[in-house]
Amino acid sequence: MATTMITTLDRSSRAAARGLSDISIRNLFIIPTVLFLIVFNIFPLIYSLGYSFTDFRASTNAPANFVGLQNYRDLLNDPYVWSNFAITAKYVIVSVVGQLLVGFGVAMLLNRDIPLKGLITTLLLLPMMLSMAVVGLFWKLLYDPSWGVINYALGLGNFEWLADPKMALYAVALTDIWMWSPFVMLLSLAGLSAVPKHLYEAAAIDRAGPFYTFFRITLPLVAPILMIAVIFRTMEAFKTFDLAYILTSQPTAELISIRLYKMAFQEWQTGRSCAMAYIVLIMVLAITNIYVKYLNKVKER
Amino acid sequence: MAHIQLKNISKTFGNHTALTGLDLDIADGEFFVLLGETGAGKTTTLRLIAGLEKPSAGQVFIDGVDVADWGAAERDVALVLQQYSLYPRYTVRENLEFPLKPKIRRLPDAEIKDRVDRAARTLRIEHLLDRKTDRLSGGEMQRVSIGRAIVRKPRVFLMDEPLSALDAKLREALRTELKNLQIQLGATFLFVTHDQIEAMSMGDKVGVLNHGRIIQTGTPHEIYNNPRDTYVASFVGSPPMNLIDGRLVNGRAVMAPLNFELPFAGGAKASGATEGRPLVFGIRPEDVYLESGAPVEARVHDVENHGVEKILTLRVGDTTLRATVPARTDVAIEQPVRFAWNPDKVVLFDKGSGVSLRHAS
Repeated sequence: MATTMITTLDRSSRAAARGLSDISIRNLFIIPTVLFLIVFNIFPLIYSLGYSFTDFRASTNAPANFVGLQNYRDLLNDPYVWSNFAITAKYVIVSVVGQLLVGFGVAMLLNRDIPLKGLITTLLLLPMMLSMAVVGLFWKLLYDPSWGVINYALGLGNFEWLADPKMALYAVALTDIWMWSPFVMLLSLAGLSAVPKHLYEAAAIDRAGPFYTFFRITLPLVAPILMIAVIFRTMEAFKTFDLAYILTSQPTAELISIRLYKMAFQEWQTGRSCAMAYIVLIMVLAITNIYVKYLNKVKER
Repeated sequence: MAHIQLKNISKTFGNHTALTGLDLDIADGEFFVLLGETGAGKTTTLRLIAGLEKPSAGQVFIDGVDVADWGAAERDVALVLQQYSLYPRYTVRENLEFPLKPKIRRLPDAEIKDRVDRAARTLRIEHLLDRKTDRLSGGEMQRVSIGRAIVRKPRVFLMDEPLSALDAKLREALRTELKNLQIQLGATFLFVTHDQIEAMSMGDKVGVLNHGRIIQTGTPHEIYNNPRDTYVASFVGSPPMNLIDGRLVNGRAVMAPLNFELPFAGGAKASGATEGRPLVFGIRPEDVYLESGAPVEARVHDVENHGVEKILTLRVGDTTLRATVPARTDVAIEQPVRFAWNPDKVVLFDKGSGVSLRHAS
């Protein structure tokens, strides 16, 4: 798409009557957005990059001293930070894989002629529309060891979902799966319904079994849209904060974003936390890039 | 190889009746063409045989066995659709291998390769084997679809207008190829089309379908020369048969509103044709000829030049009829001409029912 489309202003329009040219209208729409982006996104981004090379603390009046790469060196040599990264990786994998399995599975079930399909789909989408904080508070109640519904239903007695060091992270991931599987389901449904029906008929005629049909026809055709779901969910899961922060305070469930928050606003190591934020940013960018490359490859096939 | 029989098949979709009381008998190794207009129920018939639809009533037999409870896979048929349903993202070779690879009936690799290569050679797509299917032309795609059908050696080939999306040149070439393929494989083919030229040129037998009913089955020759009713007469043939209202008076055909007369030879043949009964006279355009001493005068209304021949539209009063004449015939529009017909070739239809008198008894 090398052609650029320039629509010229209708000379008889009101805008033209007020003496506005095409360019001034264009500027009218673009400049506020650009200004907003600069003030609230780009400026803080660059400003914090500067801070990441200092020992600045926002809680004191002491002037910031330039320390070079010291913050980065310290962070990357800190085993606690690495364990936070490991926890985050585990969390991302469990929750994204879980959402993928549940979401795609439900989409497969819904991708047929069933009564009340629209209503069922809408109801299934509800968790996605709630606020993270509300979901966190709700699930905290559901997980409650002594009177929570989950223990009651599963007959687990007083099992401490959120206080158990081994379980806490999975409990958070489970909540995330509950909340975001509908998103994967929605994208998968779009992908599944785009698979032409005559391909399935041809496969039936060719005597292909259900598994063969699924792996040779359905999956390859839905793969690109599934990849998009994975990209979105991975990025989101990587920066999960509110859900985990509300649900548990177990150090075994301390995601990188929680560590960052504590470093910045409880320990007031502003300079170091800026460096940390940059490390996270670079990681997310790298992972996303790998995904996008892979997505393009899947699309080409 | 199989013998297919449909007995009293009916199929309804909601309020819409697609087929009513359909009987069909396709012999083993026969190239059967089902001919009909869009919406006549051709595709439905095919899908019923393939097992993609279930009949509302009636039975389908393959080799004498009622296959009502059999799925598409068990019936062992191959289906080629109009929208070449190739599997996207795969190469031509992978598409051809597809029906051979399911685990349950997995063939040895050497056998798969052999069959794919043989099919590719037959259809002349060997050079395309490693190409992705989205980079093929329409004709190539359709060949691959046909290839996917033949690698399996199914009992029956079902083809749903496989040629109608192709351009005229390619259609002609593939027509011959398909016919040769069928002779070579000796397989039973059921070919669905709305194109009467395809039906005539390819079919061992043709079944004409209209509004969910089989009107007539027979060899192309029978269908063409001895149509069962006026529908078949006007549907088959290009240009179609001329149909003129008239009566038989003293062994002569008298065209009712126009008052022109032509000699009629087959008095004995048309035994049911009582004198004076309202009839429709059917005559193929190639059996209408121009001659200076001929009995009827007409004016040339239109001339279509087809190279080897000209198709004239003649006007008598306010009725028109077509005549196929040699291309060298020199005529101009509005020129008065005289014409006659070949009295042996005239087909009589009952005016009321439209049924040919030869088929009525």
